[in-house]
Amino acid sequence: MAAAMPLALFVLLLLGPSGWCLADPQRDSLREELVITPLPSGDVAATFQFRTRWDSELQREGVSHYRLFPKALGQLISKYSLRELHLSFTQGFWRTRYWGPPFLQAPSGAELWVWFQDTVTDVDKSWKELSNVLSGIFCASLNFIDSTNTVTPTASFKPLGLANDTDHYFLRYAVLPREVVCTENLTPWKKLLPCSSKAGLSVLLKADRLFHTSYHSQAVHIRPVCRNARCTSISWELRQTLSVVFDAFITGQGKKDWSLFRMFSRTLTEPCPLASESRVYVDITNYNQDNETLEVNPPPTTTYQDVILGTRKTYAIYDLLDTAMINNSRNLNIQLKWKRPPENGYIHYQPAQDRLQPHLLEMLIQLPANSVTKVSIQFERALLKWTEYTPDPNHGFYVSPSVLSALVPSMVAANPVDWEESPLFNSLFPVSDGSNYFVRLYTEPLLVNLPTPDFSMPYNVICLTCTVVAVCYGSFYNLLTRTFHIEEPRTGGLAKRLANLIRRIRGVPPL
Amino acid sequence: MAVSHCLSWAATAFTAVLLFSFGSVAASHIEDQAEQFFRSGHTNNWAVLVCTSRFWFNYRHVANTLSVYRSVKRLGIPDSHIVLMLADDMACNPRNPKPATVFSHKNMELNVYGDDVEVDYRSYEVTVENFLRVLTGRIPPSTPRSKRLLSDDRSNILIYMTGHGGNGFLKFQDSEEITNIELADAFEQMWQKRRYNELLFIIDTCQGASMYERFYSPNIMALASSQVGEDSLSHQPDPAIGVHLMDRYTFYVLEFLEEINPASQTNMNDLFQVCPKSLCVSTPGHRTDLFQRDPKNVLITDFFGSVRKVEITTETINLQQDSEIMETSYKEDQMGEELMEPLKYAEQLPVAQIIHQKPKLKDWHPPGGFILGLWALIIMVFFKTYGIKHMKFIF
Repeated sequence: MAAAMPLALFVLLLLGPSGWCLADPQRDSLREELVITPLPSGDVAATFQFRTRWDSELQREGVSHYRLFPKALGQLISKYSLRELHLSFTQGFWRTRYWGPPFLQAPSGAELWVWFQDTVTDVDKSWKELSNVLSGIFCASLNFIDSTNTVTPTASFKPLGLANDTDHYFLRYAVLPREVVCTENLTPWKKLLPCSSKAGLSVLLKADRLFHTSYHSQAVHIRPVCRNARCTSISWELRQTLSVVFDAFITGQGKKDWSLFRMFSRTLTEPCPLASESRVYVDITNYNQDNETLEVNPPPTTTYQDVILGTRKTYAIYDLLDTAMINNSRNLNIQLKWKRPPENGYIHYQPAQDRLQPHLLEMLIQLPANSVTKVSIQFERALLKWTEYTPDPNHGFYVSPSVLSALVPSMVAANPVDWEESPLFNSLFPVSDGSNYFVRLYTEPLLVNLPTPDFSMPYNVICLTCTVVAVCYGSFYNLLTRTFHIEEPRTGGLAKRLANLIRRIRGVPPL
Repeated sequence: MAVSHCLSWAATAFTAVLLFSFGSVAASHIEDQAEQFFRSGHTNNWAVLVCTSRFWFNYRHVANTLSVYRSVKRLGIPDSHIVLMLADDMACNPRNPKPATVFSHKNMELNVYGDDVEVDYRSYEVTVENFLRVLTGRIPPSTPRSKRLLSDDRSNILIYMTGHGGNGFLKFQDSEEITNIELADAFEQMWQKRRYNELLFIIDTCQGASMYERFYSPNIMALASSQVGEDSLSHQPDPAIGVHLMDRYTFYVLEFLEEINPASQTNMNDLFQVCPKSLCVSTPGHRTDLFQRDPKNVLITDFFGSVRKVEITTETINLQQDSEIMETSYKEDQMGEELMEPLKYAEQLPVAQIIHQKPKLKDWHPPGGFILGLWALIIMVFFKTYGIKHMKFIF
């Protein structure tokens, strides 16, 4: 008994630490980041990325313990032998001309492309089942993906992760452009995050602000990546990205001051306790120049410079894991202010009322030096009432010329104008100081071809109708009112026939 | 001997005491049982909420369904037990001045869409076929779990339908209808497959009472917003959104349900009185003849709430701090696996490889039966025309 006890104790001691060793060390990690980019048009783009990296080979082991990596997606990878999965839901369109190049653009609607492992025998069957399962997870109509909207691209959509060989037989791609993105797609997407929407950057994900945007795109990307620098083994990487563009006029009510509270109606309070890195990057490329158009508050302590998408950019870093960041005030509300007043100072637009008043558009613009400014207006051509057309409608309708009134800086200061002494050509416009002169320019008038109806149509219709009526009615009338006689064939020589012809012309009965 | 006698006396006394206690327990048991007879015997709750109308001017039907969804979730039924079918998307509709919201009260007081909504069947998936498949359980095997009604014979199911209807039918998405006979047959299939314990059917359409006239399965209680020949009217428009926000009947049902909490004892008779003719303009109707229990013993939470198995404990559980979260394994895996070759990423645009891809040979398929038959017909006609004697030389 006494000898058994220390033995039992010894065994217990052995089991204790080895028991802890049997439990896997934490093999997954989470990084979250938010990039705020003020866009050239005054709007603001915010891109969230949540990356969970899991150091495990899903194919080889039978996995049953999920920590940060969501179980729903982990089971998908092992059941359908996925190599890569990319699923995105987008509403709106990224306007590259006004906003610059995007980090990651997605097509409008839902897009799903998947690389299967080469152990899969029936790829089409796995693809169909996978789209059904995903439709249940993300509350979307992905079950409408079938052979009529699936393709196998051969030249693009190479794997974004590690790949030995790329046999395109294992790739499937489908897009559902009609798919609507709304809160019911965001809710399960948020639930896949380790901190859900309770802590860290994901507290900013409120549906009523995120959908009040010009562009909203949320995506899930799963791919295998290198586990270490020498790349001898595989880790699974899950990236959840969400990009939104807040419109200056719709959400900002015309003002170009942005802050986290204004964009998301929330501020950041704490980092996600499960994240190893939690950062906010703000694009301050315009900040360090001399004119200093953009001001960021609170001032950043560290910056990051790199060449992104071809241009050199500077980012201010706000690290939520840095205790000094949050300790000052209990929340972090990053504010962006445009110091210089916006270029479009004044716009007045009065839309037309049919047959009452015309359109009026007035804009006060400050033109930068050595630049070209284009102002364009879209219009639609409409049909007028038929009495409102001129007799020559195919000539077109005139639009009055536009007027440009400008105050141009003068190279040389001018003397103040003396109305009586100076010649008449110098006193057309009253000018207060000599440093700039006033000029009023006009453009050419515009000749617009409106859709013209066919005015000859009534004439043609009347002719046709009268012909038809005459032929039909006239024939019936003749058939009903005339009697028919049999006529004897007339015999006679050529002379007699000619004579009869002449007599007929004269109106005289024939021979 | 005396000891055994003593023991036997003790035993009999003991058994007598036991029997007596059992008797008293049995008496209270009988009382309990009698009371339980009037209570429902369900163990889980399900809800199937259907909005069948498409287009922006039918905003109120989506708001109706979402307000019932909201009440049902608030009273305890989880998303996994709710099948929500919305035929159109109003919240993120481009015509919605407040995206991601659906309001039930004017002046935007109550957003019934919320932040935590899961729509199972949406847009084109809301069809009569899918609805009947959900009810009867005859679903294709690849359907995900959230789109299935996995009820059993101890489930209480709430079915709510709203849209445009007429005498005996309900219109789905302006392109098909479901008749009251089909619905009654679907419920009978559910009864025969033991897919429900009790069923509450609520319908808010014009002439809604016609939809429950044909039910013939037991344990069904039905409510409708209007009688045959009457129209159900909408409640109030909102000038900012520009459409009517709710129907009257569901508006007052929502007001009634907002007063209910998971522990309340309100019964069905109160629900029957919810919208009198003075408020609703139409006459709401109900049907209880197929239901076994008396409506005054049926609690609202029997259908709108959920049975929850909750175990209360007074222990405190300490959550451990996560220690040393870091980007691991940069160093750990250096030891092992030195013999494997390094893996590499694929090239995104390998131009040379793309250009020199061999085109895949199309598989050759033999001509189909139709084409063979057509050619046989042509040949027959040819030989008939030119004389059958030619065929002898060929065959």
